[in-house]
Amino acid sequence: MSTNAQGTDTPVVESGVSRFLKSSIQQVFVFAALILIYVFFMFAAPNFAQPSIFLDIVQQSAYVGVMALGATFIIATGGIDLSVGTGMTLVAVMAGVFLSGDWLNLPLGGGLILILLVGALMGLLNGLNISVLGLPPFIATLAMMMVARGLALVISGKSTISIKNPGYVWLANGELIPGVKNAVLIFVVMAIIAGVMLNKTLLGRYAIAIGSNEEATRLSGVNVRFWKTMVYVTAGVFMALGAILYSARFGFVQPAEGVGFELNVIAAVVIGGTSLAGGRANIIGTVVGALIMETLKKGLQMMSIAQEWQLVVTGVVVLIAVFVDIVRRKRATAV
Amino acid sequence: MTKLLELKNVSKTFPGVKALQGVHLDLNGGEVLGLVGENGAGKSTLMKILTGIYTPDPGAEIWLQGQKVDVKGVNHARDLGLSIIHQELNMVPDLTVAQNLFLGRPGSHSKGIVNERKLNEMAGELFDKLGMNINPKAYIRDISVARQQMVEIARALSYDSRILVMDEPTAALTLAETDALFGMIRDFVTPETGLIYISHRMPEIEEITDRVSVLRDGQYIGTVTTKDVEMREIISMMVGREVSGDARPRTTVDSDEVVLKVEGLNTKHLLRDISFEVRKGEVLGFAGLMGAGRTEVARAVFGADPKQSGEIYLHGKKVNIRAAADAVRAGIGYLSEDRKAFGVLLEQDIKQNAVMAAMKDFNIGGFILDGKIKTVGQEMSDKLRVKTPSVNQLLGKLSGGNQQKVVIAKWLVRNCDVLIFDEPTRGIDVGAKEEIYQLIEQLSTQGKAIIVISSELPEVLRVSHRIAVMAHGHITGILDNADANQENIMELATVGKAQVDGAAA
Repeated sequence: MSTNAQGTDTPVVESGVSRFLKSSIQQVFVFAALILIYVFFMFAAPNFAQPSIFLDIVQQSAYVGVMALGATFIIATGGIDLSVGTGMTLVAVMAGVFLSGDWLNLPLGGGLILILLVGALMGLLNGLNISVLGLPPFIATLAMMMVARGLALVISGKSTISIKNPGYVWLANGELIPGVKNAVLIFVVMAIIAGVMLNKTLLGRYAIAIGSNEEATRLSGVNVRFWKTMVYVTAGVFMALGAILYSARFGFVQPAEGVGFELNVIAAVVIGGTSLAGGRANIIGTVVGALIMETLKKGLQMMSIAQEWQLVVTGVVVLIAVFVDIVRRKRATAV
Repeated sequence: MTKLLELKNVSKTFPGVKALQGVHLDLNGGEVLGLVGENGAGKSTLMKILTGIYTPDPGAEIWLQGQKVDVKGVNHARDLGLSIIHQELNMVPDLTVAQNLFLGRPGSHSKGIVNERKLNEMAGELFDKLGMNINPKAYIRDISVARQQMVEIARALSYDSRILVMDEPTAALTLAETDALFGMIRDFVTPETGLIYISHRMPEIEEITDRVSVLRDGQYIGTVTTKDVEMREIISMMVGREVSGDARPRTTVDSDEVVLKVEGLNTKHLLRDISFEVRKGEVLGFAGLMGAGRTEVARAVFGADPKQSGEIYLHGKKVNIRAAADAVRAGIGYLSEDRKAFGVLLEQDIKQNAVMAAMKDFNIGGFILDGKIKTVGQEMSDKLRVKTPSVNQLLGKLSGGNQQKVVIAKWLVRNCDVLIFDEPTRGIDVGAKEEIYQLIEQLSTQGKAIIVISSELPEVLRVSHRIAVMAHGHITGILDNADANQENIMELATVGKAQVDGAAA
């Protein structure tokens, strides 16, 4: 081929550093927001500035955080999961069925595997409903949310189930690293795994590709049905882990709980900068998003502000986060 | 006499890119001015500045009939009588013609109540005045693209536009519809009005414009009077070099080996008994009018749409293609006519788009080899001369021609034996077109079996060794390039129902 003037005036290649800063500006922003909120409470709430409070926040954000990690993949595909809240409760009830002395009383190892399988199965059902039957994610998971809530109540007979298995309780409350609760450790480890999965594996890459342009991805020869289903299965496993952290912490399950948790999960993901339109996702953002939610809760609590107001504040934070993201996105795509 | 419109010293800088540099443009009353240039030359940017979508860099001046104006935004531009009809139509498919016509403008409602009958009446009057035969009550989704375009034109004219800009208006039109459009353009232009016509199609520029202004790489190159110059000279101004007029393939097919064979292909609605074969190193062109079923053949072969019956053989072996994934696995690549919807991931970068069809070669046990993706992406980007600062650039920020190169890269990385190009140069400028033809030629000499679907006959004749002509879902004939010319292709393309419809050119 002949060369002409057209190809030669290519602008200078961006340096790696400036590219890194540009691509991670969202993370920086979310992180700055977390610090800002944290510093505010250090002045506004007595006793807030203690390491134990910080660890407490991380520990309490762990179960929503872990579920939000999985939800990040779903939202990256442009989907949504409304069943993660009551689904978590159903998995926790099943944990009681498997492990409680009044029920099956299985050994811990086998019980844990079954618990994760229940989560995966729920994810599989969501995935098949969406990618094979072609239901919109909103509807498919809305239905699953109701089914899960119903099943949790039916199986438990509407009564509290206690899981006194000491190994199980240790999963959340033990300290493999002295001073750090296992729940925190699991949250950190799962965040690293999710980060690797999103950025370095086919599952993550295809999730983002599907969210960017599902049809173009399909016509590139990618088995979109399979990968989309896998995304929901993955999220189901993360949900089951969240259920373990949630129920192991106190050693019992209230089968009527979990309603509305899905909104906390979605809020954590969205605050973190993952786009609800799909095609863009960010694991560190999700972690920080979960921390922001919990920091607000704890801080307002310590300022003796009523729980109702926490909801208001959280809602406003979600609005601000999404708005900032939209502004940023508009700027990025303006040519 | 004062000019109807003068643009002076217009520059526009985007972060990292100087899209326009000191561009000048003038338009006389009663004139159709052609605006040409390769993709990325700055035509659209210039027109977006004129119509208030972009703000120019300081120092730019816009003069309307001798008065300096400061275009503050889209509505202000409209009040000044500046209207643009974009390449992509802006209409709501689920509303009627009349509803779209009056969407968002004063007089469309009184105190929030829409008077449907009045809208239809007003629309009917407008169409009568313009000599358009369009039903105001029809839903946009039910009328052809050509008619949608007429509605857009009517909308622009109803704003009492003095200056109308048309950006690639004929991209989706048939010859007859294009003629009708030209009639309308001639009616529109009076001594008080002028029209700026953007197109890549030189025959249209030759037919409809009085003068032609040329941009290249954001700079103003010059303006010529259409009847005084050959189109070839304008093309040279656009690309900055001479373009050869050679209109036939320079290669021959040496092999007898049939790579792709399609037999008795039928689909539910359109295709009837489609059979053809493509040999190793051969380019088989598909010509035909819009709606003849060319794209449908491609999509059915590729597994993007379901077949009713029919067999596909690759290298003599029957293959079962039920989904795009099967076709890609078998070694068939498809470049869609609609890049944005079916070809690219606009929010992902060049390197990721380039390897999208071949991810199986870029992972080990599910873990992605980003280093390899970067290397291969860079290699392909260099080889196809994608104009970009880096392979980390998002596809959405590239021009159409460069996006198309990335789609080609995608199938080259996949190393497919069969490549189906559906309108490979749609919306691509003249210089880059020839580049893509050469690329297709190169690929065929490497032994690939290639199908090229095109609505532009010179393009089909330029690249194809043989040409299959379609009409109404049938293949009406397959011609050797040596025997083919525009006339006998058109003859085959307009048989059957076409004559009844009176669509013959």
